[in-house]
Amino acid sequence: MFENKYKFAVIGIGVTGAWVAREITRYTDSVCMLEKGNDVASGSTKANSAIVHGGYDAVPGTLKAKLNIRGNELIRELADIMAIPFRQIGSLVVASGADEDKNVINLYNRGIANGISTDDIEIWDGAKACSEEPNLNSDTTSALFCRTAGVVSPFELCAAAADVAVANGADFYRAFDVCKVENGKIFAKDGRSVSFEYAINCAGVYADYIAGLFGDSSFTIKARKGEYSILDKNCGDIVSRVVFRSPSAYGKGILVSPTVDGNIIVGPTAIDIPDKDDNANTSEGLSEAFKGAKRSVPSVTEKSSITVFAGVRAIGNTGDFIIGFSDADEHLLNVAGIESPGLTSAPATGEYVVSLLLRKGLINNELRSEFNTERKIRLFREMTDEEKEEAVSENSLYGRIICRCETVTEGDIVNAIRRPVGAVDLDGIKRRVRAGMGRCQGGFCSPRVLDILSRELDKDKTEITKCGGTSYIIRKQEQL
Amino acid sequence: MNINVDIAVIGGGPAGMAAALSAYENGIKDILIIERDTCIGGILRQCVHAGFGLHVFNEELTGPEYAQRYIDKISQTDIQIKTDTMVLSLKESNGYKVVTAVNSFDGLLNITAKSVVLAMGCRERTRGMLRIPGSRPAGIFTAGTAQRYVNIEGYMPGREVVILGSGDIGLIMARRMTLEGAKVKGVFEVMKTSNGLKRNIEQCLNDFGIPLYFSKTVICIHGKDRVEGVTVASVDDNLDPIKGTEEYIPCDTLLLSVGLIPENEITAKAGISMNSKTSGPIVGEDFQTDMPGVFACGNVLRVYDLVDNVTKDSVKAGKNAVDFVNGFAYSNKNQ
Repeated sequence: MFENKYKFAVIGIGVTGAWVAREITRYTDSVCMLEKGNDVASGSTKANSAIVHGGYDAVPGTLKAKLNIRGNELIRELADIMAIPFRQIGSLVVASGADEDKNVINLYNRGIANGISTDDIEIWDGAKACSEEPNLNSDTTSALFCRTAGVVSPFELCAAAADVAVANGADFYRAFDVCKVENGKIFAKDGRSVSFEYAINCAGVYADYIAGLFGDSSFTIKARKGEYSILDKNCGDIVSRVVFRSPSAYGKGILVSPTVDGNIIVGPTAIDIPDKDDNANTSEGLSEAFKGAKRSVPSVTEKSSITVFAGVRAIGNTGDFIIGFSDADEHLLNVAGIESPGLTSAPATGEYVVSLLLRKGLINNELRSEFNTERKIRLFREMTDEEKEEAVSENSLYGRIICRCETVTEGDIVNAIRRPVGAVDLDGIKRRVRAGMGRCQGGFCSPRVLDILSRELDKDKTEITKCGGTSYIIRKQEQL
Repeated sequence: MNINVDIAVIGGGPAGMAAALSAYENGIKDILIIERDTCIGGILRQCVHAGFGLHVFNEELTGPEYAQRYIDKISQTDIQIKTDTMVLSLKESNGYKVVTAVNSFDGLLNITAKSVVLAMGCRERTRGMLRIPGSRPAGIFTAGTAQRYVNIEGYMPGREVVILGSGDIGLIMARRMTLEGAKVKGVFEVMKTSNGLKRNIEQCLNDFGIPLYFSKTVICIHGKDRVEGVTVASVDDNLDPIKGTEEYIPCDTLLLSVGLIPENEITAKAGISMNSKTSGPIVGEDFQTDMPGVFACGNVLRVYDLVDNVTKDSVKAGKNAVDFVNGFAYSNKNQ
């Protein structure tokens, strides 16, 4: 247990907290990143639709709209250099019938009002939509096409920013469950503490709890669960763009979309839940997800499912993102209520938060010359044959394939452990390099991944967990 | 690195070993077995129970013993073996077959063969494919993965176990876990009967007092970090849960023995026609797929009940591969 003193403490290292931290490190390295989970992206960030939205859905003039548009730009600009898997595949909002057609027109107008170029957004009639996407329901009467939308790896969007922040001097504290704020210190349940001057609250569904620790009860966060299924890559071309349905009051509705890795994602449902940690799947939820998906793409089938999951999003009580200094405590800056389009907005949210810090003179407007946002990730499966040959001769670990389904080598896995914010558990490996995300869902690779983690982290195999806490995998006989 | 062989066998388990030996005994000597694990033997290495070889050897052997018979025979030949080597793809090129593989020692390998025998075995159906509701904690294993932990690595998956599926792997693991000190609370089978071997129900469940429930399934998994329990329920004729029959069973481990799926990633990617019923490639009576010179045998073709039958069929496939190689120059010219 040791203390460290920081100018800024970012609480919650989901995609929002990671980008806030990264943006601050462009000016100063006096930043600590505090995360309750065993890894970054432990909350909503690891379990959402993974869409980079075009920006036509948010109401013009809101922070959601402004940050969505800017975030979309930044992701397209930075994805390559930060090694963030991203594919700009475009999106369709499909409509069937006059009422839904009107929604499409409304969204088009909103998109223009939000600043989307007329080159990037257009309305298609049913015939065009069905010819461009042959598996769309033939009752489609119109569709809004947006060229700047795409799909991303939400985990890597977060992890990349976190890696860059740490590489540029920020300190990351994992399993730091904030429980008290007192005398310029933030305390964790396990007794660790950090000294800070300004705290930035990016705590997702628990942002109101964290604000409460500072005496701020100005907003409340509700939790809303969404269930998903991932379909096998062999039906990965059932649609080539993100397919949304004309929206409702509860959100953007159930989508069918390619994922950045070539699977198909179906979901989410939307149900408000009393327990903020309830991310269990239900048979009703999964039924509803598939029913909604089939409405737009009738050939979607449950038989293609390789896994199911659920995510919880933070719904603030104001209708927009809640980003600003707290009235109750001038040392607290809240970044709360980050529901959709929070993922897309994250890089812009980081920029916006820093603009607020700059405006208040809390940081000097002098960019650090040593700041480097480049992150190089060499994945074996993405290499050409020549590159593979070279990689194995440089590092024989690249020659040992651990995850057969996703072609992940021991070299890839060791690299993931050695990142600035490295993997420390099975889920951390899975989310960074995909070992365990394929059709056998870790049946073949997980004993081997467990071995590698045990060796690299110098821990007994029985101490290796799925995601920290008590999620151990195996036991010795004496421990039974 | 480029190598040329007459026959490349993908998979060094019982199917691959029997096919390779049969090919050798039928006159082709230039054979390479490519195996992804650290040694050949296949899944038999972790099947430490007895019951193998009743037909082929007239003996009751354990899995490792059965495998060793073939490993020993192979070591007396000059059949080449590459272990720790993963095949990435299979392609046809001017009548030859090109198998691309990788290992730490040779790097990227391009193996050009006149004939290929597919013997990759199968993988297990997962929780995600069944879409079992509930949370996604640690402690959920497919039975084969649990078997690997216990029998190869020497670790226990958990202490209080519920098993879903009364197929042979589930039955075997019920006994195995019990013998190693875990408490198996029951085996739940969604169908009305078990498709496991009768002798396994006797020797694995009845002999150990482990209850077997039919027309029941797991409808929810509970636990945040680690499994804490499962909810089971009876199902109707449509296999849908019947309201009111739910029962919570505390446990820290759920083993899934809910089906095997032939591992045909490479086969499908090569453009070989697949049989949607078996999930294996379509083959003729000679075990040849629709890519000339590519044969398939063992669990990659269809899920077998007895390894003895895998051996018998693989012996045939190996011989047919020899016939193909012998006629190769002729058939290649005519393509």
